[in-house]
Amino acid sequence: MQIQTDPEICVGAGMCALTAPDMFDQSEEDGTVVLLRDDLPYEGAENDVREAVERCPSGALRLAD
Amino acid sequence: MTHTGCPLSNGLPTHRENPLDPPEILGRLRSEQPIAPMVFPDGHEGWVVTDYALARELLVDSRLSSKGSLKHLAFPSDRAMDFDFEKDLPPGQFEHMDPPEHTRYRKLLTSDFTLRRMRRLVPRIEEIAADRVAAMRRKGPPADLVHDFAFPMSSEVICELLGIPVESRESFEADSSKLLNLDTAPEEVLGALHNITGLLGKVAAQKSSDPGDDLLTKLVTSGEVDEAELIGMSLLLLVAGHETTANMLSLGIYTLLREPDQLARLRADESLLEGAVEELLRLLTIVHIGVQRSPTEDMEIRGVPVKAGQTVLIHLPSTNRDPERFPDPDRLDVTRRAVGHLTFSHGIHQCLGQQLARLELRVGYATLLREFPDLRLAVPAEEVPMRENMTVYGVHELPVAW
Ligand code: HEM
Ligand code: SF4
Repeated sequence: MQIQTDPEICVGAGMCALTAPDMFDQSEEDGTVVLLRDDLPYEGAENDVREAVERCPSGALRLAD
Repeated sequence: MTHTGCPLSNGLPTHRENPLDPPEILGRLRSEQPIAPMVFPDGHEGWVVTDYALARELLVDSRLSSKGSLKHLAFPSDRAMDFDFEKDLPPGQFEHMDPPEHTRYRKLLTSDFTLRRMRRLVPRIEEIAADRVAAMRRKGPPADLVHDFAFPMSSEVICELLGIPVESRESFEADSSKLLNLDTAPEEVLGALHNITGLLGKVAAQKSSDPGDDLLTKLVTSGEVDEAELIGMSLLLLVAGHETTANMLSLGIYTLLREPDQLARLRADESLLEGAVEELLRLLTIVHIGVQRSPTEDMEIRGVPVKAGQTVLIHLPSTNRDPERFPDPDRLDVTRRAVGHLTFSHGIHQCLGQQLARLELRVGYATLLREFPDLRLAVPAEEVPMRENMTVYGVHELPVAW
């Protein structure tokens, strides 16, 4: 599974950082999404990522298999 | 105007059979007509959407516009003043704009609303909540949770965020309450608006010589916006953030006091609080007028032809009661996973202040429950006056004792 983020269309709603804090953060500069790592560091991380993708309001998060 | 076969011929119904559930007719529509015709009070022939999946689909569809000039009053109101978005309000009201204008304004603010920045505010929010509890103790029991706790708390937090100096906060709160109260006479509304924009302008000017760690300073020093835009953006934050959070604080407590079993579970296990906030947001969906979008081209929505310019009202409270998405949706269950609710909308306009709202609610509920182990209604639950015909749902007042 590969996680793609698009800071251009991100609206900084912070759902990703709230849902999967080990995977996503928001930049100090403009609040858009920052992917912290591209592996899945703990059991359940994949679930959290999928939930973040589903909750992201702007479509800035995508999963490619 | 009446529309044959259209049960909603004068905007949204406001009367509720049960104060905590949306009007029944909207729930019936969801199973029969997920997108149903509705005639707005001004005669505009538009639509109302009550289905969760369809609402999400439409809220991310870029063919639908959020322009203020395409929006209509959602239910009949006596209020003489109906804002003209272009003429009466300062620039920068990006909630009612489309990209690229919307994008420009929103991006100027997003770094100030990140989860991390909001978490940094928590100690100040805790102090503010503790001050309000102290004020309630000086006064009662009983006290009115709406005016003695919820409204002043949410106003103080916005002042903190914007950087309004402490000595101006009382007048700021008095004016913003006037602005939001539907009973205020139109001249007085304009007077309050005038005071607030004047204060914001004055404070912004001070910030350029005496900067602080706050949003006004940030906008002033960014050089990206002029004074009118800066005032307009601050006003939007005030209007969007004050009344909503305040009503969610008081209506949430009212709901918990009516559900003693759920309240007991929450008191017994503070780790349930985060989920309980989410569940209360879902169940109560206080933006009960929903949000409005208008197609910029003719389109077909679930087989129904919708013309360009016909306003579609997404009825957020009904979408959050969709049994396909939330089993047994009318029940408050503080252990439910309520994430995915549409209380803060969806798509590019999803609430900018939602992480702040979540933290304020968490601190507000936790403080009240901890400080008042025997918090209770001071009048019978049925006598609490509900805000049926207000823009934001809630309780007008909430007499409590402890
Ligand atoms: C429980 C509290 C709150 C609720 C239920 C709420 C609800 C909403 C909803 C439904 C929208 C979307 C409108 C649309 O899709 O057209 C919205 C937008 C917005 N909210 Fe909130 N809100 C709350 C608190 C706040 C707070 C505390 C602030 C800021 C201090 C805030 C600032 C905004 C702004 C600036 C927008 C416009 C975003 C945009 O158009 O991009 N809100 N809010
Ligand atoms: S949830 Fe989506 S829109 Fe929000 S910050 Fe993360 S990527 Fe951006």
